[in-house]
Amino acid sequence: MSRVFVCGLGSVSPAGWGVEALREALERNAALPIQPLMRPGWQKPLNMRPVPNPPVRLPFLAHPHMRRTSPITQYAAAAALEAVKKVRPGDGAHFRIGIIVCLQTGCVQFSSRFFEETLENAATASPLLFPETVFAAPACHVAALLENTPLVCTLTGDASSYAQGLALGIDWLQEGRVDACLAIGAEEIHWLSADALRHFNRRAIISSGAAALCLSLNPEWSSGVELELITDVHSYTALADRRLAAKKMRTQLPAQDQAEILCDGLVESPRADAPETDAWAGWNGPRLSPKRVLGEGLMAAAGWQCVAACDVIASGKFNAANVSLVGANQQAVGVRFKQGDRIISDLSLSTPAGSLAP
Amino acid sequence: MLFPKNSFPAPPPRVVITGAGIVTSLGQGWKPNAAAFRAGKTGFRPVTHFDVSQQRVKTAAVVDLPAVLPATQLTERQKKRLDRASMMLLLAAHEAWQQSGWKPCGHLPVVLGTTAGGMTIGEEYFRQAVNLPHHHKGQPTRVLHYQSHIQARMVLDALGFAGPITIISNACASGTSAIGEAWEMIRRGQTDRVLTGGYDALSQMVFSGFDSLQTLSPTSCRPFDAHRDGLAMGEGAAVLALETLESARQREAGILGEIIGYGTSMDRHHLTQPHPEGDAAYQAMQSACTSAQVTAGDVDYINAHGTGTPLNDQAEAKAISRWAGNRAGNLPVSSTKAGIGHLLGGAGSVEAVVCLMCLREQWLPPELAFETPDPACAFRVVARPEDAFVKVALSNSFGFGGVNATLIMRRWS
Repeated sequence: MSRVFVCGLGSVSPAGWGVEALREALERNAALPIQPLMRPGWQKPLNMRPVPNPPVRLPFLAHPHMRRTSPITQYAAAAALEAVKKVRPGDGAHFRIGIIVCLQTGCVQFSSRFFEETLENAATASPLLFPETVFAAPACHVAALLENTPLVCTLTGDASSYAQGLALGIDWLQEGRVDACLAIGAEEIHWLSADALRHFNRRAIISSGAAALCLSLNPEWSSGVELELITDVHSYTALADRRLAAKKMRTQLPAQDQAEILCDGLVESPRADAPETDAWAGWNGPRLSPKRVLGEGLMAAAGWQCVAACDVIASGKFNAANVSLVGANQQAVGVRFKQGDRIISDLSLSTPAGSLAP
Repeated sequence: MLFPKNSFPAPPPRVVITGAGIVTSLGQGWKPNAAAFRAGKTGFRPVTHFDVSQQRVKTAAVVDLPAVLPATQLTERQKKRLDRASMMLLLAAHEAWQQSGWKPCGHLPVVLGTTAGGMTIGEEYFRQAVNLPHHHKGQPTRVLHYQSHIQARMVLDALGFAGPITIISNACASGTSAIGEAWEMIRRGQTDRVLTGGYDALSQMVFSGFDSLQTLSPTSCRPFDAHRDGLAMGEGAAVLALETLESARQREAGILGEIIGYGTSMDRHHLTQPHPEGDAAYQAMQSACTSAQVTAGDVDYINAHGTGTPLNDQAEAKAISRWAGNRAGNLPVSSTKAGIGHLLGGAGSVEAVVCLMCLREQWLPPELAFETPDPACAFRVVARPEDAFVKVALSNSFGFGGVNATLIMRRWS
């Protein structure tokens, strides 16, 4: 069995561009301010926690692939570049990176715009928008930025699918098909997805962004964090509801140790949180709840949970972290990270997003 | 556990197909589809499910769905919630399930490819949300069933099994990527059975999207023809029951064919245009041949991606010609998109079933509208129905966004 090392982290969130911004927001542990999101036909706006504008224009936007991209691609690209920054030597031409992009609502901004144009007058609907509506678009653009990307895959599903993305990346690494693998979770905000979310959870505040973990089997690239295990996938079916699946997931993660932290997916909504709260009822140790601070970022939030877990281990505050990914309507999966040998001294991004160059 | 896993079996197990289901505009099920593909029939007709009055092109390969779905464990309420895409998926899955002889169980992974998932439901949601902003009836159900993993869950509920769901959305390569990933899951020793395939239904947004790009043919879809002028849209689904040879033999199951190779590559040239020399297509074919331990000389038929667009077909023709080398001159190639249109996420899986038909029944599917070969084609395009010895077949799928995927299958005898 190979050891799997976390060799880089990337994040774009309502807290800002970079892991440092995420870390600071989670350390403050105060919910970020809410902004209004206009919903056509309603006087009262919906609520959102958007990604703030980057401090400077992102250099990678000059890449020919990136010119007409939607925000979700830009978030995914920024998180990916941050995560590979420390391990990608030189121009990266001989460094093979696998890319797995995980999405739930995907490219909803351009999809909505294009469909609106179609309904208005299909004859003039923009051919520039349509290609950016496909789920595969963000992965394509990230691959173009990183150049040597022999394996690329886009997975869709609820937030738990991010763990499947990590597992697929590990398979590629263990088969020797790539030198490193990026698992990216990304989402963008649109009133449609906020409206959809509201039908199931009126308290949830939609948010957007991306998160990326760079994995490798090469101990020389280790950041001091190892991916220790990913539980089975516990699907929700007619026979096993969300509550039961979450409990099964919990039983596959080790019992609590004082030096460990739980990174959960609670959103401060009793009904939506109930299965996860039940599953972790016996947990008395420290917790990180990124969604309480950042909002419901769907697949991006699953990524933030994993990034936050790795970041607190890399900081030396905890020996291990359990990440609880209890998806909305598909399945529950748990991921566990632990402290390992540190080779790379600074795991996180400490420079402004403006320095993110392809 | 997804990780760590048991060590990979060495050598990897052989993976066979014990069930296949197919739904296209040519019919529902193996028999009508095999007869139609063999004869080179086409399934195009005017689109009536949504407004195409403002589009350049107004036809597509539309599926006729049966009035009554097969008996499954779905309740009447669940059945009412199924959209066209879900129905096609369910029909194909049901056929594959019946043929495989599998029984309901607690752990059967499902790997599906789709591009649009429940797009038609998403469109309904959008219309109601905009036109009747304070009217919420039906909207929560639409939110759920728009998502492809919920469509997959309907298959699990219908057939009475449970298991992890993986949805791959690599655009037009999704179906082939899904089958390839399922094949790899079995070879890695993660499971001994997977239900896999792909599906997509026509939707107004996607139809309009391809029309906006002016990639739809205003005449007829003629892949690899020098005078080709675009692709045709279609819809459909195909599902395969994959299992280890050992498992199939233990059950004394009928074996339809064997998947022996899968390759994938990434074309970073452009979001919607392939590299003009077909470099990534060539890499995917090479990679599949390496995993299958075959060469171009061993391949008896290629079901090409062959969309009928000038750019795709030229790049693929160059890739196939380069890959086949001296074999190209007498290598039969055709694209069944000439008959059923481009099924997007369903294309690769349907084309895999067509290859299976060729392997089982020893014929080649023709493109009857094909007349003049593109100069880039060093190979022979099958233009008339013909019987042939087919032991190994290769199927290509290339997606928007650049994921290319190739499957290689072998006749079971």
